[in-house]
Amino acid sequence: MSDTNYLNVDYGIRSWLLTVDHKRIALLYLGSITVMFFLGGVFALMIRLELLTPAADVVQADTYNKLFTMHGIIMVFFFLIPSIPATLGNFLVPMMIGARDLAFPRLNLASWYIFLVGALFTLWAVFTGGVDTGWTFYTPYSTVGANTKVIPAAVGIFINGFSSILTGLNFIVTIHRMRAPGLTWFRLPLFIWATYATSVIFILGTPVIAITLALVGVERAFHIGIFDPAIGGDPILFQHLFWFYSHPAVYIMILPSMGVVSELITCFARKSPFGYSFIAISSLAIAFLGFLVWGHHMFVSGQSAYASLIFSFLSFAVAIPSAVKVFNWTATLYRGSIAFQAPMLYALGFIGLFTIGGLTGLFLASLGLDVHVHDTYFVVAHFHYIMVGGALMGYLGGIHFWWPKITGRMYPETLSKIAALVVFLGFNLTFFPQFILGYLGMPRRYHVYPDEFQVLNVMSTAGASVLGLGYLLPMGYLLWSLRYGARAPANPWQATGLEWQTPSPPPTENFVVTPIVTGPAYCYAGEEAEVV
Amino acid sequence: MTEHAAPHAHVVPLAVYFGVFIALLVFTGATTAIAFVDLGRFNVAVALTIAVVKASLVLLYFMHLRYTSRLTLVFVGIAFFWLGTMIGLTMSDIVSRGWFGA
Ligand SMILES: [Cu+2]
Repeated sequence: MSDTNYLNVDYGIRSWLLTVDHKRIALLYLGSITVMFFLGGVFALMIRLELLTPAADVVQADTYNKLFTMHGIIMVFFFLIPSIPATLGNFLVPMMIGARDLAFPRLNLASWYIFLVGALFTLWAVFTGGVDTGWTFYTPYSTVGANTKVIPAAVGIFINGFSSILTGLNFIVTIHRMRAPGLTWFRLPLFIWATYATSVIFILGTPVIAITLALVGVERAFHIGIFDPAIGGDPILFQHLFWFYSHPAVYIMILPSMGVVSELITCFARKSPFGYSFIAISSLAIAFLGFLVWGHHMFVSGQSAYASLIFSFLSFAVAIPSAVKVFNWTATLYRGSIAFQAPMLYALGFIGLFTIGGLTGLFLASLGLDVHVHDTYFVVAHFHYIMVGGALMGYLGGIHFWWPKITGRMYPETLSKIAALVVFLGFNLTFFPQFILGYLGMPRRYHVYPDEFQVLNVMSTAGASVLGLGYLLPMGYLLWSLRYGARAPANPWQATGLEWQTPSPPPTENFVVTPIVTGPAYCYAGEEAEVV
Repeated sequence: MTEHAAPHAHVVPLAVYFGVFIALLVFTGATTAIAFVDLGRFNVAVALTIAVVKASLVLLYFMHLRYTSRLTLVFVGIAFFWLGTMIGLTMSDIVSRGWFGA
């Protein structure tokens, strides 16, 4: 076996910036989204600091509006949406299907540069005055009210959208055309199914948000009446178009995490997944149904009661495929031989937190209850349970699980377990009190609040500090492991999957000999192979 | 892996591309010209009809849908279906405002 791998084949800076190797591009993304994550995290901590006391003592209203807007824009568009697809997806899609690279390697590199240009544009807007519309850019405020950097921020998101579209396109073509001999659709790893479903949303949804933000820019700059009722527009139309993308965007964030969790649960329970085909198809069902529920954000906007009725019903329907996954993971654990390694802790955390996030989503999809909790901290807590408790836990679990494959080094196990627990506890301490705050009536997006809400807010801010520590820990020890971690074998977890059959880190061409697949994706010792 | 790429690639003569290009320019001119004629509510209908014809030309010739595989057509169909759900569910709000007094 030769010692040359994709990391040590060339050390020059040009070999990174001009690489067309999907594995190196994954690392370029990993570096850039990590910067964005910590930037968004700083804004989050400033928000929590201000909310420590009822009065305005750290920032004033205008600054506070910019803080939560920029926290949202950076975390949603520049961290969560690219997070798993652009890093783990880029790295793993070709490896899991036995290919040498994605279908369009140069396009893949172009996606990263487009992401970079979009991110720099938005950061420029952030640091030369900021935006205060909320990440949702609701009209008419964003087109006639706000006097902040709305257009530059929107342009940055518009540009970044092309990066998502091209990544999705690359994945879809790769999964259709480049599977190894014998790798039929129902032998694909569940992560591939999830990534495929996510790619479909990328392609079908992203153009709509791009055009919608362009229309905001056009109305703002040239006063063409699209959303402003004073010049013949309809402000609720903006919400339709915005949420047509932005609700499915939630599934862009959560589906890849579900794919990661499916892999982790299977590996660390040493059992093939219960109901493989149900988990696989439920990913597609989520991608499809996820496009039909956006009106649940608009029950109190002036949307017609008839439309709200339809959207409420459809929102309940989308809970079904999500529940299918949760039940199937749980059934996979049943009588499994479970090992509590760090990635598994994240996966188990994901199941619990995602379930809470999903079920509180049903509260919000109920027409009556939504009137009470709409635009309160209940909503904030709900979507953070999905996006942080769900998407981010899956991301961290996946990063740990494939870290040995990506870097050729093991992460420190005990420290990682501690970090996973710190993240879990910090997360719940931060966001569970927000459910109560919202139920009691504390509205979101205000920098001051009545005294009676302080105790719960102090708990939440304390939790945020713990959570921040929980994120700094992996940042520290993963970097440490690059130099001092134990050398990783090809398959440290005795996992199934083609990516584990090649050395860690893999050679540039991934596989010296193209693998030939003869059985299902998961088959652990002592199990009968599921007939496919 | 180029050996998989487009085994039945269809070579379109340049004249076709230029022909479509000129047709698109003519339609653009037509849209602009008709904007100056007052047809009442039919202005929008005419403009949208011309736009649909132009979009179809781009899809069929520039994006090669005339010569493509069934799988690609399936994806095109999905895209139109999605567009339909977007317009359909949005209209479910816009046409029914006030039905139940809300
Ligand atoms: Cu939603």
